[in-house]
Amino acid sequence: MIIKDVLCPFCGCLCDDLAVEVENNKVVDVKHACKIGASKIMGHDRIKAPMMRDDKNGEFREVSYDEAINESAKILANSKRPLLYGWASGLCEMMAKGILLNEEVGGIIDNTASVCHGPSVLGVHEKGIPTGTLGQFANRADLVVFWGCNPVQAHPRHMSRYSVFTKGFFANKGRKSRKVVVFDVRKTDTAEMADEYVQVNPGEDYLVLSALRAIVADKADVVPDSVGGVPKEKLVELGEAMKAAKFGIVYFGMGLTQSRGKYKNIDNAISLITELNAHGKHSIIPMRGHYNVGGFGQVCAWETGYAGAVDMSRGTPYYNPGETCSNDLLMREEIDAAFVIAADAGAHFPAQSIARMGKVPVIQIDPFHNPTTEMANIVIPTKVSGVELEGTAYRMDCVSLRMRKLVDVDFPSDEEVLDKIIAKVREIKGASS
Amino acid sequence: MSEMLIKNATVYDPINNINGDKMDIAVKDGKIVDSVTGSAQTIDAGGRLVYPGGVDAHTHIAGSKVNVGRIMRPDDSRLNNKPRTKVTRPRTGYTVPNVYSMGYGYAEMGYTTAFEAAVPILKARHTHEELEKIPIIDKGGLTLFGSNWMVMDAIREDDLDRLAAYVAWGLLSSRGWGVKIVNPGGGEAWGFGKNVSGLDDPVPNFEVTPRQIIRQLAEANEKLNLPHSIHLHCNNLGKPGNYETTLATFDVCKDIKSKRDRQSLHVTHVQFNAWGGNHWGDFESKAEPIADYLNKNDFLTIDMGQLVFGSATTMTADGPVQYANARLLKARWSNGDVELEDASGVTPLEYHPQSYIHGIMWAIGLELALLTKDPWQVLMTTDHPNGGPYVNYPMVMTMLMSKKRREKEIAKIAEKTFERTSIAGIDKELDWYDIAIKTRATHAKVLGIVEHGKGHLGVGADADIAIYDIKPDETDATTEYDKVEAAFRYAAYTIKGGEIVVKDGEITATPTGKTFWVKSTAPADGYDRMMEDLKMKFKNYYSVSMANYMVQDEYVEHPYVVETGYQ
Repeated sequence: MIIKDVLCPFCGCLCDDLAVEVENNKVVDVKHACKIGASKIMGHDRIKAPMMRDDKNGEFREVSYDEAINESAKILANSKRPLLYGWASGLCEMMAKGILLNEEVGGIIDNTASVCHGPSVLGVHEKGIPTGTLGQFANRADLVVFWGCNPVQAHPRHMSRYSVFTKGFFANKGRKSRKVVVFDVRKTDTAEMADEYVQVNPGEDYLVLSALRAIVADKADVVPDSVGGVPKEKLVELGEAMKAAKFGIVYFGMGLTQSRGKYKNIDNAISLITELNAHGKHSIIPMRGHYNVGGFGQVCAWETGYAGAVDMSRGTPYYNPGETCSNDLLMREEIDAAFVIAADAGAHFPAQSIARMGKVPVIQIDPFHNPTTEMANIVIPTKVSGVELEGTAYRMDCVSLRMRKLVDVDFPSDEEVLDKIIAKVREIKGASS
Repeated sequence: MSEMLIKNATVYDPINNINGDKMDIAVKDGKIVDSVTGSAQTIDAGGRLVYPGGVDAHTHIAGSKVNVGRIMRPDDSRLNNKPRTKVTRPRTGYTVPNVYSMGYGYAEMGYTTAFEAAVPILKARHTHEELEKIPIIDKGGLTLFGSNWMVMDAIREDDLDRLAAYVAWGLLSSRGWGVKIVNPGGGEAWGFGKNVSGLDDPVPNFEVTPRQIIRQLAEANEKLNLPHSIHLHCNNLGKPGNYETTLATFDVCKDIKSKRDRQSLHVTHVQFNAWGGNHWGDFESKAEPIADYLNKNDFLTIDMGQLVFGSATTMTADGPVQYANARLLKARWSNGDVELEDASGVTPLEYHPQSYIHGIMWAIGLELALLTKDPWQVLMTTDHPNGGPYVNYPMVMTMLMSKKRREKEIAKIAEKTFERTSIAGIDKELDWYDIAIKTRATHAKVLGIVEHGKGHLGVGADADIAIYDIKPDETDATTEYDKVEAAFRYAAYTIKGGEIVVKDGEITATPTGKTFWVKSTAPADGYDRMMEDLKMKFKNYYSVSMANYMVQDEYVEHPYVVETGYQ
């Protein structure tokens, strides 16, 4: 059986044109996907049963779901400062349940944007964000800028589906309709395919953005001969190209959000785009990583008013990045229990945070073994969303789509596990109050 | 079989011509009935004011742009925080409340129904995810068609049946209730940073005019016999002198015949479109010619879009106006273009009484409501949260009821306002009956949901009832406006579908409301031509597959589907 129009549970492109062949309830072939997406859907060794251990250096023992869930609930209910982290590779339905669980335990809920596009959200607080849906850019953009991102490696179908090679209504010659510029500290594979590669000195993106803003404002005379490693001549040429564009789009990644300047880079980039709208039409969009990391921001915002890093210890949502993000709390050694779901803190957090996680009970909900498993005390395997479970995900441009179920499995869903933990937490808290 | 009897109520139910009658209201299984048995739960209203549950025909409560507002404005989410209770979830936000506060806030004021006024089809799934989460109230959404490529191509090719078929399909796809048109053609022009300048300025690359878009969509709307008329946000919103465009726009639909007992055109938040002057320097109110037009023509209705001083988050599918606002005010600016369909923008701002521009805007909304003779023609709205958040409705209601209350506000406002508006000289004061019209009855009538049990208390209607802690017989609303405002702000009881959801201003229960949407048949040959065009557009221009585009049933868990058809 071939299932068509399947959505891909890998990156923020959320491609929805895959064809998946299923035989005897097993995925046997994936068409149209990139290699990473296909391998995600084909599946690999998964955690077979819930496991627990008291000593993080000890061996896991297999336990029942009930035992693992009850023990998880006990840890969370008795914790004073639990962190509920992850959420990016799950569905919106389970994220809403996570926010409810966080209310029950008075903890902090945060997602992977914390170490990824969190600074972009701060930039949006400062300036807003002029953006749009990917099809708008595909149909119209004659100037495409990739800044600090490398879609060839990280979003393999982005250029063909949305940004560069695809033909649009106005950009009807595809690649030939667009000028492609890459700003990066190194010549990436994406830069190799660009019309212009602009090498920026590491940590000096902010300066380059400021120079471009000055040029766009007809104040090139204040720009020094070289900014951030880029000759003024080149910057003027780029600034003029931006002003002349009918529709410009900037796609940006970690190279801008996690390098020196962080959210100030984003603030500056958004300001540049806002000012360019006095000349042509311009938009900017973050290249989101996990297929539904955008969904967490959306769900958390409509549930709590904030896109992440929500501290419920006061009984109302409290948000103060720098204070309430995962790594702020871990590094201050406030966290006394960590619940990691649909993401991998172990692989992506700094050493100081990991050290704290090594000292507190860690609960992991995930279909797959990953570095977080190495720090976990309890591991609860669940369904693979978008392969074994249907539900909602948000593409990088905040378009929500419904992911399909391809095969049936006996594992519980994230949502079912969360429901049971919530019920048990209520039971424990009810008994103690 | 749950029964309830509300005794000794002073009832205002304009749809049933009940004007302050002392009566009992009987409820059985969520509906109004003639009588109940002696074992019914009894509420003694003690002569207090009873209205049908409030209905808001134009508000922005769910979907992409509301969430953009929340994400952009943590400063707003820090306001009005309330911890969870045994029945409620935590609440945040003033202009952009979280989904829970959105529903509780309406219910507290005795409102039980609200319609989201701008749903892009591509993002309708998101709208419904939020609508489903908003507790208590019933909901619906108006679908955006005014800059849509399918619409403009059908109009250019003069194919009304194809257009009607697409409107039916778009409503199905978005699970929408009605046809919303925002700055017709302007959203497409904004795709390249441009706008259209008036009714006869062709949309770039599509060679259709805003006039044609309005006219043809109004005709398609009537061909499909939709419960609601077209719902129009005019061109040139936010520009001094735009009242001329507004008046000309009214005329476009003058001879459109409605098959139902309703207007054939609803023009929304007209406060923002009744502006005179050539620039901000000679900016003035042109509410009078607009009201004159309404007084001479009964085919159309409008809503106020009243301004409330203080913080607002403006959000609209009118992309270009938001960029202009943001540049003018040096405010934060978010833009959200939607491929092939429309634009949108979100900008926070603050309305200051000492700014005469804002003062004049404040006056225009009230002038429109007070100078128009037929109360059924002007709905009370603030275009939440564009003119200000809906929690200010009780204040606006007192402004309509009391000249003294207006004078109190006038004292705070820049003097130049009163050289350029007539508000200070208007003596008119609305009564309890008028307010019932302006806050529920005419909203339900304009939306076409009276026959579906909304906006009135006749037998068979939904038992959506507001009891306010005020006795109309003993209250002079023209002087006791503070008391009236307090009563309207927190209902003594809000009853939703026969269940007490608010008592003494506190939320007591949080049932899930239903979502209205329209399923319409379409002309067969028009449908075939439409499908051919639609498939081409998905193949070539949309970034999602057609198979994944339409809102699935899973997202509308409590649907109320009204079927209608092409005639």
